[in-house]
Order: sequence, then structure tokens, then C-alpha cells
Amino acid sequence: MNSIATLNGISHRYGNTIAVDNATLEIPSGCMVGFIGPDGVGKSTLLALISGVRILQQGKLEVFGGDISKREYRESVCPRIAYMPQGLGKNLYMSLSVYENIDFFGRLFSQDAKERKERVFELLESTGLTPFKDRPAGQLSGGMKQKLGLCCALIHDPDLLILDEPTTGVDPLSRRQFWELIDRLRNRGDGMSVIVATAYMEEAQRFDWLIAMDDGKILAEGSPKELMATTNCDNLDAAFIRLLPEEKQREHRFLVVPPRVIDPNAVLAIEAENLTMKFGDFTAVDHVSFSIEKGEIFGFLGSNGCGKTTTMKILTGLLSPTEGTAKLFGEEPTANDLETRKRVGYMTQAFSLYLELSVFQNLLLHAQLFHLPPEQIEQRVEEMLLHFHLKEYKDTDAADLPLGIRQRLSLAVAVIHKPEMLILDEPTSGVDPVSRDNFWELLIDLSRKDGVTIFVSTHFMNEGERCDRISLMHQGKVLANDTPQGLVRSRNKETLEDAFIDYLQEVEVVNTASKSIKSLHVQHQRKKNNFFSLLRLFGYAYRESLELIRDPIRLIFALLGTGILMLILGFGITMDVEDLSFAALDQDGSPQSRQYLQNLSGSRYFLEHKPLHSMEELDQRMKSGELSIAFIIPPHFGEDLKKGRHTEIAVWVDGAMPFRAETIKGYVQGMHINYIRQLARDTLGYIPALTPYNVEMRYRYNQDFKSIYAMVPAVLPMLLIFIPSILMALSVVREKELGSITNFYATPVTRLEFLIGKQLPYIVISMIGFLILLILAVLVFDVYPKGSMVTLIFGALLYVTITTGIGFLISSFMETQIAALAGTAILTLLPTINFSGIKDPVSSLEGVGAFIGYIFPATYFINISRGIFSKELDFKDLHHDFFAMAIALVVISVFSMLLLKKQEK
Amino acid sequence: MNHLANIFRLGIKELRSLWHDKVMMIMIAYSFTIAIYVGATATSTELHNAPIGFVDEDHSALSHKIIEDFYPPRFGIPQIISWTQVDTDLDAGLYTFVIVIPNNFEKDILSKRNPDIQVNIDATRMTQAGIGAGYIQQIINNEVSEYFSKGKTTQTLPINMLIRMKYNPNLTSSWFGGVMEMISMISLLSIVLTGAALIREREHGTLEHLMVMPLTASEIILAKVWSMGLVVLVSAAFALIVVIEGVLQVPVTGSELLFLLTALLTLFATTSMGIFMGTIARTMPQLGLIFILTILPLQILSGGITPFESMPQVLQNIMFFTPTSHFVNIAQAILYRGAGLSVIWPHMLAIIGIGLAFFFLALLMFRRSLASST
Repeated sequence: MNSIATLNGISHRYGNTIAVDNATLEIPSGCMVGFIGPDGVGKSTLLALISGVRILQQGKLEVFGGDISKREYRESVCPRIAYMPQGLGKNLYMSLSVYENIDFFGRLFSQDAKERKERVFELLESTGLTPFKDRPAGQLSGGMKQKLGLCCALIHDPDLLILDEPTTGVDPLSRRQFWELIDRLRNRGDGMSVIVATAYMEEAQRFDWLIAMDDGKILAEGSPKELMATTNCDNLDAAFIRLLPEEKQREHRFLVVPPRVIDPNAVLAIEAENLTMKFGDFTAVDHVSFSIEKGEIFGFLGSNGCGKTTTMKILTGLLSPTEGTAKLFGEEPTANDLETRKRVGYMTQAFSLYLELSVFQNLLLHAQLFHLPPEQIEQRVEEMLLHFHLKEYKDTDAADLPLGIRQRLSLAVAVIHKPEMLILDEPTSGVDPVSRDNFWELLIDLSRKDGVTIFVSTHFMNEGERCDRISLMHQGKVLANDTPQGLVRSRNKETLEDAFIDYLQEVEVVNTASKSIKSLHVQHQRKKNNFFSLLRLFGYAYRESLELIRDPIRLIFALLGTGILMLILGFGITMDVEDLSFAALDQDGSPQSRQYLQNLSGSRYFLEHKPLHSMEELDQRMKSGELSIAFIIPPHFGEDLKKGRHTEIAVWVDGAMPFRAETIKGYVQGMHINYIRQLARDTLGYIPALTPYNVEMRYRYNQDFKSIYAMVPAVLPMLLIFIPSILMALSVVREKELGSITNFYATPVTRLEFLIGKQLPYIVISMIGFLILLILAVLVFDVYPKGSMVTLIFGALLYVTITTGIGFLISSFMETQIAALAGTAILTLLPTINFSGIKDPVSSLEGVGAFIGYIFPATYFINISRGIFSKELDFKDLHHDFFAMAIALVVISVFSMLLLKKQEK
Repeated sequence: MNHLANIFRLGIKELRSLWHDKVMMIMIAYSFTIAIYVGATATSTELHNAPIGFVDEDHSALSHKIIEDFYPPRFGIPQIISWTQVDTDLDAGLYTFVIVIPNNFEKDILSKRNPDIQVNIDATRMTQAGIGAGYIQQIINNEVSEYFSKGKTTQTLPINMLIRMKYNPNLTSSWFGGVMEMISMISLLSIVLTGAALIREREHGTLEHLMVMPLTASEIILAKVWSMGLVVLVSAAFALIVVIEGVLQVPVTGSELLFLLTALLTLFATTSMGIFMGTIARTMPQLGLIFILTILPLQILSGGITPFESMPQVLQNIMFFTPTSHFVNIAQAILYRGAGLSVIWPHMLAIIGIGLAFFFLALLMFRRSLASST
């Protein structure tokens, strides 16, 4: 047997959790290999390791006969592997159309336009997606998303296709079509190997070779027949349970649903009539009606995105329906109805408890929030821990729990206040078969013993079979409403799944391309993996631009915001100190003292307030901030002046803001000298020279000494750092959070291509922002660049390349968008406002501030901007600043590249 | 009673969540310690190390004396340059001031020919230029009169003027810079923490979870307001007592308690602003943009960087409706001028008013955004 991958002693941990524990395996080539087992047993980790997306921690792993942990080998073998990560459409771009998505992947593999076009059309044709080629990926159904994901994976003719749970959450018809498609692709005859991870055992039945996993360990391997034979079981579900270690098997009991005693007087717990919910043009729920009796287990069966969740949200009062009515216990739920909420327990689709709290804390919090009597809380929490087998996890953080346990905790939280009704939205999605059965046991218990009404949604057929009645849902509509047996009978099928597919086929125009797939290869020569490819770079740039254009709010906000801030800051940052409030304590009251004060109040710098009467009053009024300056004119001022006796005016200045105080000091001295000159002119008839020389003050570059001419050129660099860096940082971290970063890991794109490709669109936007600022400076502020325009534009281009680069650099060590947002703000705001020379030139700073000022690129662009706006300079005068910025660019880019991981940890 | 208990418990939950976000915790710690220290110590006086150059064509004893009178910390060490360098060096921004002492300066003074001394100022550097010009005139004046009087009492102006600085006698910049940096951080962090906490709950689906429980919108908002407000308040108290008073040795005149009380009121207003932004934004990038649009004016135009009364009246009127402008005002009054409640109450009322307005606006928007959420 040829093997496509050889695993030897592979172990992998995340923090303290061991995901894969000493796995040794040979994976046969040329066939369908399935990894089976519940969620969180290490299947995904192993697949990611084999595809080279994740960094190998321990052990030896050979793929296609070479060591995948070696970087050069990984790069050379990467074009032969395709990897589709877990999660519906996780590596797709939701605002891009079907065609654009596939086309983007083609670019990442350096295919030219003609080749891409041919391949994309062939793939669309064979997957039946051609009619939808212009639809945004976000508006596709789950099944279509997975087909699109497959197209994206197949664009480069891989020899090995790795699919991580490709059909989880997809409706049964699409699921069937998906596997047929894979079969046809494999029958083309070029022996493509496929490795699949799945939690659906019925799917695994059709694979050639299975590897059963649990708890990071490999339980068994072999063909499905062999596995069933060795365990003496007739289906894989049972076989898998047999393979589990003994203590786990013991947890499992065969599930029996006791029949419901039907109470003829039963009231309706839920009544829904013609519920319709529209989001814009999209109808999520389309005239849905059903009723649920008290104590019944009622199931919603359907694929992801068919409207199950929306319907449930309407019932909980989270959404108000566009049309129709929903009644709980005979009343319509409203957003403010706190009483009804106490009677209902709700479990949302995604795990929505607080991950950072422990099991005990979560239970306690909810017991308290539902206001259980304080003396009962402890007992009730204890009861829940016991009943839901959570004792051993009492102090574990919810984040560290396996999925199955988390779901148990969610249920415990949902029933802690003994609700009469439970609304559970896909409670078992992604949970392993044993835990699922245990979970259902608890549900059945609640229903049959405590008479709790349970409304549950699921996409597992066998769970549907356990409900008293079910609704089959598809694309917002209820297809049928009956007991599971009734549904199977009405369609003359053997299983619920077949019956469901039958219903689906009735409504869906099935466009499975039944034609067999011809050779897909337009040309079979495989591209050499170049060190640098403009095609890949522009692939990223093109895609990012498309996404930006599809999000006009962000775009307009970014550009408009730049303009608005320019107006506010340009007018607002002013160093012109004016309208200083002063008052006088005139102890003289002579004509001379009044004249002195008039001289002050006549100036545009000073505003006179009502006179002072005592030193206490002076203290008080200065304290309140009413007065910035107080003049004290001594008694006999006028007389002394006339007699030529020496006299002294005392001035108190509010020193709270040193800059203002210094400026005031200058003004007051100036006014004082002025007064004396006037006085001399009035008495002597001429102005004597007060000094034996003249000082000629030449205010260069800004003759009027107006703040606006100094500040407008400084606002430009300020605004061109915040908005570009934040947009850039968020764009990268967003890819991390949403998962599309995988495409960077799994394709031959190099770090440099990724960096420049992502940066380009933001540089373009920032340059448009720059032009807006330039226009505002000239038209609104009347501040125009006197020096070389070309140099200014070139400087701005270099500068925004750096500032977007800063955003990129920050994003490389931020994991969440919040941290990226706050981090970028804190790390750029302080240096720009304080240390880059907007107020004080960097040469005047000292300590850390000076150091930051010297290395911060904004400093140099402020020089360039002021140089060109005010000083009429050109490139050769500013080449030092350009040189400094060039160094900054290189340093930032190199660090970004070093910190950017080409593999996941 | 139940309401209070809910608010309290939800708030504790917020605190636990924040504690788990280590990057955020590091950022908070950085903001209230290192950032304040670095911001405060970059300059020690308003006119600080102003780079100055001289063209000395006189080479007299007087011109040498004048040049020697310029020294740190107010001025940089004077550099002697040639006449031809004046324009290029000013263009390159090497100096803020270049003083040209002409040939025969000393002789001309002696022979009462009133020679010209030229001071070239780079007026794009507004702060240094304005203040420095005054200092330069004074220094030259003192030197010249002392030089010629040779110890004799000089003839003085008929009216002397004695200027004294209240509250900060030496106009030490770090007194001001440290406190203003702290105020910036208070508003920045309180807005980010609450706004982002709301978006995070929305993105993680826990908001829905809260909404199906018997909790009211106001409880959810108030829980975030008090918990995030508390975190910032405690950090600010630490920054004030340990960093500003302890390390930076800034003498605080007024009552720290009163200051922290006003900080508390301000936090109510800023956290409400944060929630308000969280209800407008749908995604984190949108919140980021709204945040930047708000925080820049708040930081720069509240009176902590440039004098409030110098702004155009329209902007003053707009900024009147932000809590930070009042807070900056109060902070200066309490910490430097030692003002008490009797002086600052109008600003406190304004902050409370603004806070309530944002809070109810946020509540309204929050209810509406929940009604339309998917």
C-alpha cells in the first residue's frame, strides 16, 4: 500500500490541553480516507498538520514522502495540496461573488487570466453553481457554500484534497450531492487522494479507509467493513461506541423514548401563526405556522440558515416578526416581558455562556440573575452540578471544557430556574454521539418527568426521530409537520433522511450537473512555485479592494471622517492665546491707574472683568478659573508716577497651564512697555529709546504668526496616521478572527506578497484621504503648499505606506479586534500628539519622549509637510527626512514580515 | 432591590471578563503608568531646549557674553554658524532661533548709534517661537544693561512690573503634562472598554442570552458603566497618587478625593458615550472609525493641549457638550488652584447633565438596536 502521509509519534497541545497524543499512522494514497470521531478529539488538528497549515510541535510527519515541517519542502509541495477548513464557508469572502471567490484562489496559484477563466467555468459547470456565479457568497445556502469552498480548493488540481467536516450543518440533499460530486471528481482517473474528517457516521460508511479517533488518540483504523467486523456491529455508530474505552462505553445507554401521555385538556404552550421575518429583501422565515402542546418535545429539522434560529428568536421575543403572531402560554412575547422570560429557558445556537467564568460561577450568576431565593441558590446549583454530571468540572473555566460538557452546562444554565418551557437552538451541533445521547437522555427526563415543554432544533436525523413531532424546514418554509413516523410513512420511505430528501427534491429545482466531469485540466503542467509573484500579490490587493468597495459605510466613514476631523482640528488647535480674562485690584483709583488699565482692556488679547476689591477676592476668583491675570496697582500710583518716584505693579498669572502662562507673561510685558512708551510720548513729546539697540524680530515662514499656518500642515500627518493604521490593523485581525487567514497559510502566497497585497488598497484610500485634506487646506483654510507639490505627494505616499505598515505590524501581535483597536489607538496617539513635533520640536524633548520622537515616522513627515507648506522647500532640502522615512519603512516591513506567521500555532 | 442586585452581578461578570483579557490589562497598566510618566517628563519647562544659533559678526566681549547667556534647560547649547547658513539651517529646522549680532555691535552701542540685532524665528513652531521671543529680548536686554553699567545701579523703567505665577511658580511642565495625560487616558480607556465590551457581547451572542433573561436594558448598560468605570477610576487613583504625586513629585493643592469624585462623574458620562457608540456601530471596524472620530477632538480640544478660550466660539460651544472639557477645567481648578466644591459645582452639574443625556440616548439606541438585531 502506497502512503500519502506518514505520521510518526505526533503530539500537539494547546496550552495544557493535549489535542493529539502520540499519533502514528500511515495514510494510504489514492483513496478516500475518513477521520471519524466526535468534535475536539484532534481530527482538525491532524488535518491542519498534514496540510502544513499548522506548526508541527512534536513527532515526524511526511507528506508525499518529504518532511512537511521543513519550510522549503512545504513550499514546494504546497501547490499539490488543497485544504478546506472546518466551518461553513470559513475561508470564503462573504461580500465577494461566487466567481470572484474562485478567481481569487486562481490568482493565489499564479494562474493567468485565460487559464483562470477556463478553470472557473469548468468548476462552476461541474458543481452546478453556474447560475449563481454573480451571487455574493454570504447569500448562499450552507450546501452551496461548501460546494463553492470545494471549487476554491480544486482550482489548482491538487493531488491531495483535505476536507475538514465539509458537510456539518448542511441539509441532507446537499450533503448527498456533495459526496456525489467528490466521487465524480475522483473518478476522473488521476487518483486524487481525499482525506476527510467527519462526525456523521453514515457518511463515513462510503469511505475506503477509516481512522477512528478519541481524546487525541487513534482507536482503530481499517475499512468500514473491517471496523464493523472487529466490533461485531452492523452500523458504524455502534461500532465507534464499541471502540471507545470501557468507562466511556459504560456512560452510554441505549436511548428509549417513553411514550408521552397525552392529556386531552393540554393547553398549547406555543402557537405560531403565519410567522414571517424579512431582513431587507431576504425572507428568513416565510409564513410559518405550528403549535406545540404542553409537555411535548417538538423538533425543527433543517439545514443551517433555513430559518430555524430566526423562528426561535421570534418566540423568545428577541425579534419582532414582520408578519404573523407568536404566542407563548397564550400571550405574545415582547421585549420587555420579564415575567414570561422567567418561565422560559433558552439555549442559543453558538455557545453563549461566559467562557471566562468557571462552571460554578456561570451557574451561580444565572441563579442569581433569575432571583432564586438566596437560601435555595446553593442547593440548586449543587443539584445542577450533580444532575448534569458537572461535579468534576466545577471550577474549570467554561473556555477549557470539551464541547459536549459545555452543552451540558448550557442546558443546566437554561433549566436552573425550573422553566416550564425550553427553547434549544441546535444544542447538539458538533457534539459526539455518546454525549449527544446523554444530552437527549436529560431532555427526555425533563419532558417526561417534569412535564417541561421542549422546542428543539437540530440537523441530525436520528435526533429528529426522538421528537414527539417535527417540522421539516427549508429556506424559511415548513415543508411538513407531523410525527417522525408519520412523515416517513407519508413518503413511503424507510428512513427520515430519505423522506426529508424526498420533500426537498419536490421544492428545490435540482441542478446537479449530472454530466460526468471530463478531464478538468486545461493544461496540466504545474506552475513552479516562484519566490515572488505579482499575480498573487495583485490577487490579494484586488480582493481587498473588492471587499472595501462592498462596504461603502466603512469607506465613506474613513474619507468623510478624515475631512471632518481636518475641519475640527484645523480650526481647533490654536496656539494663538486670546481673550484672556483679567481684573484689577486698583488701590489707587487715580486717572493714571485707570489709563493704565484702559490700555490693557483696549487690546484684543485681554478681556476686562469687573474689578477686584481685596486679595481674598483675587484668590477666590483666580481659583475658580474666572481670571487668568490679576493686576495690583499700588496706592499712590498716580502720584508717584507724576513725581517720578519708583513704583511697581504686581501681576498674578494663573500658572495652571504653563504654556498659557508663559504666553501671558510675554503679552503682559509687551503691553507694559507699550504703556511706558506712550506715557513718555505724552509727557516728553517723543519716545526715548528704552534700549541702546534695536531688536528686529523676523518671524519667518509665518509672518503674521498665525497658528493656522503652523497647525494645518501638522494636522495632515496626524490624520494620515490614525485612520490608515487602524483600518489596516483591523483588516488583518479580522481575517484572523473570521478564519480566512487560512488561505494565506494554505496557499503559496509569500509573506511579502500578502503584506503588500493587503496594504495596497489602504494606501490608495489613504492617498485619496490625503488629497481631500490638501483640497480642504487650500480651499477652507487658505493654507497652500508653497514648495514642491510633487515632493509633498511623494512624501505623503511614503508616509501612508509606513502608517498602514504600522497597522500591519501592530496586527501581527493582536488576536482580537478590540485589542487591535485599543492598541493601535494607544500606541499611535501619544507619540503623534506629544512627541512628533506638533507642539515642541523633537530636538527640545528629552528622555524617552525624545527617543520616541526621533524614531517615530510622523516626526519626519511633519517636517516635510511644514517645509513644503510654509518654507517653500523642495526635495533636496528635505532629503534627510525622506531618508529617515525610508529607513522606517524598511524596519517596519521587516518586522512585520518576521512577526507574520505563515503557519498556525 | 432586584435591579441593584442584577446590576451588581452583571458588573462582577464584566470585571472577570476583563481580567481574562491579558493584553487589555497590560494596556491599561501601561496607559496609567508609563504613558503618563513619559508624557510628563518629555519637557520640563514650556520653553525647553529651544535650539538656537548665532551669527556673531561682532566678535566682541559683549557678543560673547550675550551668547553665553543662552543655556539649557530653556535653550539648547548655542551653535555658532556663518551668515550663509542661516537660511538653510532654518529651512532644515535645525534651529528655532537664529540671532545675528552685526559687525561693530558693541562699538555702535557705545557711540549711541542704535545698532540692529536681528532675531530670526521659525514661526512654524508656534509655542517655542512665541514664548522664546520674549525670553530672548529679556536676556539680551539684561546683558546689555549689565555690561555697560558695570555693577552700578542701572536706570530702570519708571514703573516696574513684578510678574508672579500662581499655583506653579516655576511653570514646571510636568505638573501639567502628567495630569493632562491621565485625563486623556481616563476618557480614552473608558470609552473603548465599554464600547468594545458591548460589541463583543453582540459578536459572541451573549447579548441575546442576556436579553432572554429577566433583565432590563438599563441593568445591562449600568452594569457595564459601573464596572468599567470602576476599573478606570481605580487606575486613575493609582496614577494620581503613585505616579503623579509620588514619582513625578507634582504637588497637588486641592483635595484628591474631590478630584476622584469628579472623575467618577466624568466616567459615568464617558462610559455612557462608549455604550452609545457601541449601539451605533455594528462591527468592530465601524466602532473603530466612530471612536477615532470622537476621541481625537476630545483629546486635543478639551483644553489639555491648547488653551480652551482661544478656540473659535463655535468649537467652544460644541466642546461644551463633551464631558472632558469640563473635566479638564475642574482638574486644573482642584489639583492646581486648590478649588473646592463651591467653585466647581457648575461644571459638575454640566458633566452630570451630559452623562445623563448620553446614558438615556444609549438606552434608547440600545433598545432599538436589540429590536432590529439579527
